[in-house]
Amino acid sequence: MEAAASLVNWPSEGITRVPFQVFSDDEVYEREQQRIFRGPVWQYLCIEPEIANPGDIVTAWMGETPIIVTRDAEGQIHAMVNRCAHKGALVALRGKDNAKHLTCVYHAWSYRLDGRLRSIAFQKGVNGKGGMPEDFDVSAHRLQPVRVASFCGLVFGTLSDETPPLEEYLGPRMSAFIQRNFGRPLKILGRHSQIIHNNWKLYAENVRDSYHATLLHTFYTTFKVNRLDMDGGIVLSDKKWHHISYSKRATFNLDREYLTAEVHSAKYGAKHGDSALEGPQLLDAWDEFDDGITHSIQTVFPNLVFQFTLNSLAIRFFAPKGVDKTELKWIFLGYERDTPEQTEMRVRQSNLTGAAGLVALEDGCINEFVQRGTVGAPERAAFIEMGGRVAESNESSRATEASVRGFWHGYREIMGF
Amino acid sequence: MQVLERREARAGDAADAGHDIRQLLADYAHALDDDRLEAWPDFFTEDGCYRLTTRENVAAGLPVGIILCHGRGMLRDRIAALRTANIYEPHWYTHVLGPASIDAEEGGWRVRSNFSVYRTFESGESMLYGAGRYLDRVSRTASGMRLRERTVVLDSRCIDVLTVIPV
Repeated sequence: MEAAASLVNWPSEGITRVPFQVFSDDEVYEREQQRIFRGPVWQYLCIEPEIANPGDIVTAWMGETPIIVTRDAEGQIHAMVNRCAHKGALVALRGKDNAKHLTCVYHAWSYRLDGRLRSIAFQKGVNGKGGMPEDFDVSAHRLQPVRVASFCGLVFGTLSDETPPLEEYLGPRMSAFIQRNFGRPLKILGRHSQIIHNNWKLYAENVRDSYHATLLHTFYTTFKVNRLDMDGGIVLSDKKWHHISYSKRATFNLDREYLTAEVHSAKYGAKHGDSALEGPQLLDAWDEFDDGITHSIQTVFPNLVFQFTLNSLAIRFFAPKGVDKTELKWIFLGYERDTPEQTEMRVRQSNLTGAAGLVALEDGCINEFVQRGTVGAPERAAFIEMGGRVAESNESSRATEASVRGFWHGYREIMGF
Repeated sequence: MQVLERREARAGDAADAGHDIRQLLADYAHALDDDRLEAWPDFFTEDGCYRLTTRENVAAGLPVGIILCHGRGMLRDRIAALRTANIYEPHWYTHVLGPASIDAEEGGWRVRSNFSVYRTFESGESMLYGAGRYLDRVSRTASGMRLRERTVVLDSRCIDVLTVIPV
């Protein structure tokens, strides 16, 4: 803890300040790999439809640790580090595969789908010469196991024995909302990823930041997909690590702030009027739930996001690839039960988010602007006081940075800063 | 003799069509490279379909890619959004096109060609945005050759930074 404290000198104001150093410091990045990504957190690995059949294999990442997820012949899901017990080479090389065993291409060490070593080549040597020592024991070696847990078709892993059970880690409010969105068989509609040139935590802040969403993302506001003058709120988990931000489109009530506060987005709307879309079918949608919520963003600490914008359900997973590089993965989903018309609407609405998302593409560059702006001033700090100085739920307003403060609360706790 | 003339005439049509299709593909790329983005929807038929996706999604038969527009209205909305609503660092493209293979089909032609697109941001650096293939269905209309369908298949799954300008 002492060493951690001396690495970063966190301002005395606490969670309302974030020292810019944490976005560009290599030592901080290394410590995050150890304390967070190899630490007591559950991280997203895949969804169950990707490993539906016995022998299905997918690869994933937990921070910089390569992971294999499998379904064995009995239907059991396993996760293990993708690192051969012999020399440390990657064992699974393809993103998706189906096989009876996992065999390292280097020296043909072969593992069962649960990670146990089953055989090695030339154990007894060749022509009676060479080979492993007499006391070599196949059962003493295996791929490093990863604790795995599945909830509503979402498969998570953790490298720490201290991580509490998954549902306890998520807490009741977060679990209930995951159940709402993922509680029926899922169908993958498509995927892609984005390389964003910023520290992973800038995206973690960005997706928790309901203050920016309708200021920067003009399309959102203009076409009334999400605005702060709709009913909505912020829910933080008990430990403040995770959050939900939601809004209800039917409750839109034009607020003067949008017209008077030099808000770029409102100017566009005022100039072009409501019927600006020439292809209005883009926003064709149906009410899937009876709670009135038409847009939601949910985060799970450290690097997972669930999006439900109109009917566009997606998983966003952002993997650190260095102190100033992050891969943001998008997986667009529907349900097995969807009608062709519903699938078509979800597919069309996928234009709203992703690397070319009409309401979200700005996030591909905005965090890089912060990275570039802050890299030369590690001793300075961000100012995060919108909506007060605490990290508490607020179900009456989203003009707040409460969930951003919640992230930093969790981050400081786990990092010892 | 008559038969031969007819065959030559047909060959002449095909040659003209090939020329016109290659011109369409070049004009399309040059319009994007020259920032004449408002012309983009006009390269399509009124109900034309544009799809930007990845090799992985195509191989898996998945419908969601990166951009999907049905009809010129959605195409025009894309351009209106990037001109007036979206916020991003200005950048420019240079398309480099490969030769097109052209096969006649009912109502037009199926066309396949390769591309690479270089992108230059404000920093002045040019980087490869992506490489892949155009899978097109082209028809001759009263106003010339038009795309009924353009599927842009990127080799890569990863988009660097973002995609604003169509490919």
